[in-house]
Amino acid sequence: MPGLEDLYREIILDHYRNPRNRGELPAPPAHRVEGFNPLCGDEVVLYLDVEDGRVADVKIGGQGCSISQSSASMMSAAVKGRTVEEVRALIRAFKAMMSIHEQRLDGDGAGEEGLEEEEAGAGGPELKLGDLEALRGVVKFPVRIKCATLSWNTLAQALDECAAAG
Amino acid sequence: MTLDVERIKKDFAILDRRVHGHRLVFLDSAASSQRPQAVTDAMTTYYETTHANVHRGVYTLAEEATARYEGARARIARWVGAGASHEILFAKNVTESLNLVAQSWGRANLRAGDVVLLTEMEHHANLVPWLMLKDQLGIELRYLGVTDDGLLDLSDLEEKVDGVKLVGVTAVSNVLGTINPVRRIADAAHAAGAVVLVDGTQLTPHMATHVHSLGADLYGFTGHKMLGPTGVGVLWGREEILEAMPPFLGGGDMIRDVRLDGFTPNELPWKFEAGTPPIAEVIGLEAAVDYLEGLGLEAVREHERSLTRYALRTLTQRYGDEITIHGPPDADLRSGVMSFLFRDIHPHDLSQVLDQRAVCVRAGHHCAKPLMRRMGVSATARASWYVYNDEGDIDALADALADAADLFS
Repeated sequence: MPGLEDLYREIILDHYRNPRNRGELPAPPAHRVEGFNPLCGDEVVLYLDVEDGRVADVKIGGQGCSISQSSASMMSAAVKGRTVEEVRALIRAFKAMMSIHEQRLDGDGAGEEGLEEEEAGAGGPELKLGDLEALRGVVKFPVRIKCATLSWNTLAQALDECAAAG
Repeated sequence: MTLDVERIKKDFAILDRRVHGHRLVFLDSAASSQRPQAVTDAMTTYYETTHANVHRGVYTLAEEATARYEGARARIARWVGAGASHEILFAKNVTESLNLVAQSWGRANLRAGDVVLLTEMEHHANLVPWLMLKDQLGIELRYLGVTDDGLLDLSDLEEKVDGVKLVGVTAVSNVLGTINPVRRIADAAHAAGAVVLVDGTQLTPHMATHVHSLGADLYGFTGHKMLGPTGVGVLWGREEILEAMPPFLGGGDMIRDVRLDGFTPNELPWKFEAGTPPIAEVIGLEAAVDYLEGLGLEAVREHERSLTRYALRTLTQRYGDEITIHGPPDADLRSGVMSFLFRDIHPHDLSQVLDQRAVCVRAGHHCAKPLMRRMGVSATARASWYVYNDEGDIDALADALADAADLFS
């Protein structure tokens, strides 16, 4: 039986209490995308500013539990300054870490990507999940996986919209 | 007239379970109650001795199964004060019951521009079917508001009910526990010529139901929140209203005749029961009615009111400003449902920490997002109690809250 210490790691609580990159960006030029967890009412508002194929800035709004908020905070810190390709790889790596139970049933965000890509992303040497590793324990609490992935799915959607908008 | 909770607990085997090494403290009966041995026994016995499809065969088993099924209908009809057993329709849950009303009564009686009056307090099950009709028919929806104390705002009732075709109201809020003055609303609705639909999901398990005293024309409730099985919901309707409604789902059992160019619907109640019904579930529901009647609904209500008083007192004395309890402060106006916020801890996190002590509470929007917006919150934690809960369970909740306070301090 997993204990709470697997879920509420100190670094998670730190990001929850002191969220990074909290706020808004003028949209446009930034892309504003909302994500909802219909089961619990958590919501994330993501502002993404992509310039020259690179995440120039990202801000996070919305509200939710410690897992969804800390995941969003860590995500924002991890993707800022990265190229779009790196960010997409990071999304795949993160979702692979979270996808033990729901890998092929999710039908969201990363759905169109192949399994082999996902696995390659997870194992890529350049992809250090770093602080994000702290969220690994969430998979022991399957109900909370959607909390952790909410902001990541929203980010994937924002990237798609950026790409579609050219 | 008090409940012997120690004896009642023995009827619920699940309460012997231990979770994370603690005895189970089940405080989520508003989502789904547990069920006593008598209910599962009734269903098992039915399957082991009597099962055959109803209304079809002429052999002994089929006749017995039909008699059991229709006998349960009659029992449930009497229990809610229906005029006749054919005024009771079975569906798969109360959500389907309410959808039946919207799609059958609504499509037959509403045109573009007609108005349906609901409340801001409704469960999604009594909102979305009408929002769907808004899209499908162009009807207009109006809402009775909710006061800061979690009561329905009736100050503009007469104004809002004017010209309305149907009023839909929940008898008891599944979020706040507020017991609504259904009769007063029904009287105003009838004076305005409207039909009254009552969502009794959170009332029928906890206090005596008399559909006529409430002033309802249509009344829905569900089995699994009243010690019965999942998979069965009930709709009661006044005979003349049900008679005038077209069928909802089509299929076997709901027809008198089928030709290649049309069909003739069956009579009540089978007109609304397409396909093989939830026979064992209906028999289980009858056993739940027997069990509740054995306890006495007045005793059940008094027990829950007493626990509500105890919970309000215990939690506010112990945690003061750290806890915000939503809904009316007066236990007489509440059922055994309590939504609360504790410190600034998100309800999901709270529920997760409470689970470590086997304290089961619901966290989220409770399928009432408009009400949550009205309350200015995105989620609450919700504890709810029933016949098998006691003050020790409230104490366990209060103790477990301290764990959450420690972790998130």
